[in-house]
Amino acid sequence: MKKLKRILSPILVLVLALTLLAGCGGTGSSSAGSSAAQTSSAGTSRSLEDIKSSGKVIIGVFSDKAPFGYVDEKGAYQGYDVYFANRIGKDLGVNVEFVSVEPASRVEYLKTGKVDIILANFTVTEERAQSVDFALPYMKVALGVVSPDKSLITDVSQLNGKTLIVAKGTTAETYFTKNHPEVKLLKFDQYTETYNALLDGRGDAFSTDNTEVLAWALQNKGFTVGIESLGELDTIAPAVQKGNTGLLNWLNDEIKTLGKENFFHKDFEETLASVYGDAVNPDNLVVEGGVVEK
Amino acid sequence: MQDLGIRVLFEGSNFLRLLGGLWITVKIALISVSISFVLGIFLGIVMTLKNPVTKAITRIYLEFVRIMPQLVLLFLVYFGLTRAFQINLSGQLSAVIVFVVWGTAEMGDLVRSALISISKHQYESGTALGLTNLQVYRYIIIPQTVRRLLPLSINLMTRMVKTTSLIVLIGVVEVLKVGQQIIEANRYTAPSGALWIYGTIFLLYFIVCFPISRLAGRLEKRWMN
Repeated sequence: MKKLKRILSPILVLVLALTLLAGCGGTGSSSAGSSAAQTSSAGTSRSLEDIKSSGKVIIGVFSDKAPFGYVDEKGAYQGYDVYFANRIGKDLGVNVEFVSVEPASRVEYLKTGKVDIILANFTVTEERAQSVDFALPYMKVALGVVSPDKSLITDVSQLNGKTLIVAKGTTAETYFTKNHPEVKLLKFDQYTETYNALLDGRGDAFSTDNTEVLAWALQNKGFTVGIESLGELDTIAPAVQKGNTGLLNWLNDEIKTLGKENFFHKDFEETLASVYGDAVNPDNLVVEGGVVEK
Repeated sequence: MQDLGIRVLFEGSNFLRLLGGLWITVKIALISVSISFVLGIFLGIVMTLKNPVTKAITRIYLEFVRIMPQLVLLFLVYFGLTRAFQINLSGQLSAVIVFVVWGTAEMGDLVRSALISISKHQYESGTALGLTNLQVYRYIIIPQTVRRLLPLSINLMTRMVKTTSLIVLIGVVEVLKVGQQIIEANRYTAPSGALWIYGTIFLLYFIVCFPISRLAGRLEKRWMN
């Protein structure tokens, strides 16, 4: 028995190694033919000319963040980001191929050149700007404060001595702790808890991203967003791989040109208006021509 | 409210999309399971060898795959290979590779444990009866190993089916992601849709995994006699 094993062992190791290699090689070549997402230079981004000559631009969007990027019941991508993406495709004169991305994988997709542009509600931060190149912004978010209609809070000064509900770890928590220590904060771990606390009257108002509270207030009668834009303004912009200046400049020019025809207001009308309704002033969310008015 | 939720399920091509997502899940799981079972058996035999070199290599391989979360492996293959070697694999292929690497390691360890659980006298009695080494394996060792292996490998198989829900992070839209897309698209119009969609997904996973465990149960019973 021992002898048999001794003879068999190198053979088995060899067989195992070969099958592994063969398996990888075989499947590898078949995929290269079928999914030629990147035909030329993998890893580095495609230039503007590459995109135009390939006939398609690959854009990473969210597929589950209504109303910004989502998939409708027919299986088609929709939303504020997607509307813009389709326009980019049209103006480049190419088809748009959408890739569903997750918040955690957005930077990696750009770094490895697996997508040309990320248009997935990408908030501009200094940290991210070190690994990707952001174009001009097309949207902005700030904090919003929602409160019951009967004691509506329309200014931060009204919150003095009152209880404000926030979710832990959000920008709202940091902002109020730092800038308005006179406001009593009631903190919760989860979003659902914060909304329930507001409904129960455990606090006088609730604050988080304005896009979030605005949509919620519309669904809950008796509550209104008294302060639609507060605190530091975050902008949302398209991003490309670091160093892809050709595409970046084209995007910046595109956003400036689109600003002249008020494209993003139209985008708002088409995709966001049904969610936010008339209660929201588009100017609190939309950025035209890349110019942010504080 | 309840009919609203159910309406979401059958609106447009939603249900077909869910089934399409299920097909991706099943396809990736099936390919990975079959490859890793074959390779796993080889690996298991290699692992029982007394050779210190093969022992060390297989041990390192097994521990590496066990310690690494599958998500990290997926990112390593999908993004890491592109970054380091400019190899650009599709999301589905990366998923299959990772699942095969993982499945082979786990299967190999199962085969190893099944093999060494067969006591020495089984081999010796076989030889005493005048059987050749091959005959000992064919008639005594392999049948017993397979029986001990069955419940363990079924467990691994269903685990692999369920772990496919991770591959959405490398851009492969499978059944769970399709469900989340449907839920989110109807977040404001039909909030109760979530329960229906998740319920359906639960059922779909069940439909895939139940026949496997059923088949295993039957085989086990048949071999008892």
